[in-house]
Amino acid sequence: MTITLFIPCFVDALFPRAGISMVQVLESLGHKVVCPEGLTCCGQPPFNSGYWDEARPVAAKVLEQLKGAEAVVIGSGSCGAMVKKFYPELFASRPEEETAKKVAARTWEFSDFLVSKLGVTDLGASFPHKVTFHDGCHGLRELGLKKPPRALLGAVKGLELVEMAEAETCCGFGGTFSAKFPMISTAMGEVKCASAKETNAEYIVSNDSSCLMHIQGLLSRQGSPLKTIHLAEVLSQK
Amino acid sequence: MTPVSQFLKDARVMAADLRHRKIIRTALGNYEIARDKRKASFQDWQGARQLAAETKWEAVNHLDKHLESFAAKLEARGTKVHWASTAEQAREIVLGIVKDKKASSVIKSKAMTSEEIHLNDALEHAGLKVVESDLGELIVQLRNEAPYHIVFPSMHLTRDEISELFQRELGSAPTNDPEELTMIARRALRKKYLTADIGITGANFAIAETGMISITENEGNARLTAALPKTMISLVGIEKVLPKLEDLALFLPMLATMGTGQALTCYNTMYGGPRQPGETDGPQEWHVVLLDNHRTELLADAEQRDALHCIRCGACLNVCPIFRNVGGHTYGTTYSGPIGSVITPHLRGLQDWKHLSSASSLCGACTETCPVKIDLHHHLLHNRRNAAKGKPSFFEKLTYKIFAMAASRPTLWKTGLALARIGQPIQRLVKGTALDPAKSWTKTRDLPPLAKESFKDWWRNRK
Repeated sequence: MTITLFIPCFVDALFPRAGISMVQVLESLGHKVVCPEGLTCCGQPPFNSGYWDEARPVAAKVLEQLKGAEAVVIGSGSCGAMVKKFYPELFASRPEEETAKKVAARTWEFSDFLVSKLGVTDLGASFPHKVTFHDGCHGLRELGLKKPPRALLGAVKGLELVEMAEAETCCGFGGTFSAKFPMISTAMGEVKCASAKETNAEYIVSNDSSCLMHIQGLLSRQGSPLKTIHLAEVLSQK
Repeated sequence: MTPVSQFLKDARVMAADLRHRKIIRTALGNYEIARDKRKASFQDWQGARQLAAETKWEAVNHLDKHLESFAAKLEARGTKVHWASTAEQAREIVLGIVKDKKASSVIKSKAMTSEEIHLNDALEHAGLKVVESDLGELIVQLRNEAPYHIVFPSMHLTRDEISELFQRELGSAPTNDPEELTMIARRALRKKYLTADIGITGANFAIAETGMISITENEGNARLTAALPKTMISLVGIEKVLPKLEDLALFLPMLATMGTGQALTCYNTMYGGPRQPGETDGPQEWHVVLLDNHRTELLADAEQRDALHCIRCGACLNVCPIFRNVGGHTYGTTYSGPIGSVITPHLRGLQDWKHLSSASSLCGACTETCPVKIDLHHHLLHNRRNAAKGKPSFFEKLTYKIFAMAASRPTLWKTGLALARIGQPIQRLVKGTALDPAKSWTKTRDLPPLAKESFKDWWRNRK
């Protein structure tokens, strides 16, 4: 299968390792991966801030790049939710609505694609560490992805998954929310970090780099040895 | 101070208040255990939610029909029904009754509608003595505070704080035993029921089929408020309607489950009319005030109409990480938490209250928990869209216009990224200071460095 891989803008600029790992995992399963040059951002920042007129041209450009794709894989639950769930709403009763719905139906978040579409859980990965998993809210509640990441982690050799009490609690990132309401965002992040620390894990794993950026930002400032890592990077470790 | 600056100011203090964080976390931790236990006793919780949502859909989408039936049935048994379009009208109706009865004291059971229209202020201004009979409400009344939470008005206080308050206001002896504290309040309240001229209640549900209101409580104070004074007034939001009496079989356990983690609250009472000929007790007169106060405007909004499904269980507040970190008072509204952030812009003006819809990470925990399936977090998004359309921020709009331009042109995007790479070492020099453009982030969090080789660079080089 030819997979169009949509690497979110912040993963491209800040966390290329996560994107590279996705390519490696998908190619190791024998699929052809393409990354169109024209894919930049899904348009979520203006959309979530209420500026839908400004979000539409960005989203339309994405749709144009994705409309012919056999399967689209997005390396983030949040951007995945944007394309799968919010594009159809953004273009409701507009000429792009049909395309938006078609693309939405062919779009998968990375872990969901592996588990639900390809039926793969064991990628032969090895990661001999104690980890805890953070559910990104968009992946969890917009896309319902509680199980796929855990199924994948369960097959990683040497990996011990310890669930934290606040696994499903928002980390406080929320895109522009983290800059507009930094005090609330920080408090939420502190609750998350405290819960992760209680597990004595070495790594916080997630399928959303944006949450990890926020959590890591707090952990680094606190001088904590706890590290964050994207699910794809765990799965690409042999 | 504008609502938004007050919110930002209070949020800054509360979000950093670790004592508050701990109190709320402990209280809600106990609630969660009880709630989940009760939820598990439903045969099919998700099915129950669906049925509840459909029942409220019917009630709200045919509100005109149900309200007329409700009022007609009430009137047939001698209840006086009043229709109040605005908060001011509702206050005037209540003050009119009070004046007519030459009343000097009022006892009240818990009613968020009365908070919404600031009834206590109006009554006190008219010279009446007003006493709240719900324990939590009494506590915040004695503190001259608004309720902290729609179900748990005084959950932000410790027993020691309540004891100190009672010593000061009621002259009681120090104790931090919850039973003894309850008894102190009970002793103070019992006398008030007997001397009050008027009892004011809210309603949890209004049954259209039979013309009854249902009040659910744990202290028996609403029963006494309704039964002892000669005149009873019930202030009911028009969205409280349920079509049929049998709907209570679902809604009473559902409200108890999500509100307090109980199978049923201790007292569930239905009121169908004032004292009838031949009856020996109950109020001689009953007035039901039906309150609109912008609810019909919400009804007219097809996208957000389901916000009128709300049964005020408070479950969305309890799971909301924003509420848990800033607390109920920070909202500056009668209805706080996610439901408050959704409806307050409708009740009190979008532009003045839009910040509540922005102060959310859109995590969706509220929507997931809501027993009547209100699409809460998406409505926050809808409020943001409507606010930006109505009165866009010049700076934000410009930023997003530039952003959209860059995002639609890969070369421009690449140039932007290259410029950011040059800028980042400079930003690091001023990190966290007033000169730092990323200050709101870097004050408490580290910012990751831009990768030397972006993913796209890697992809291009590989080929």
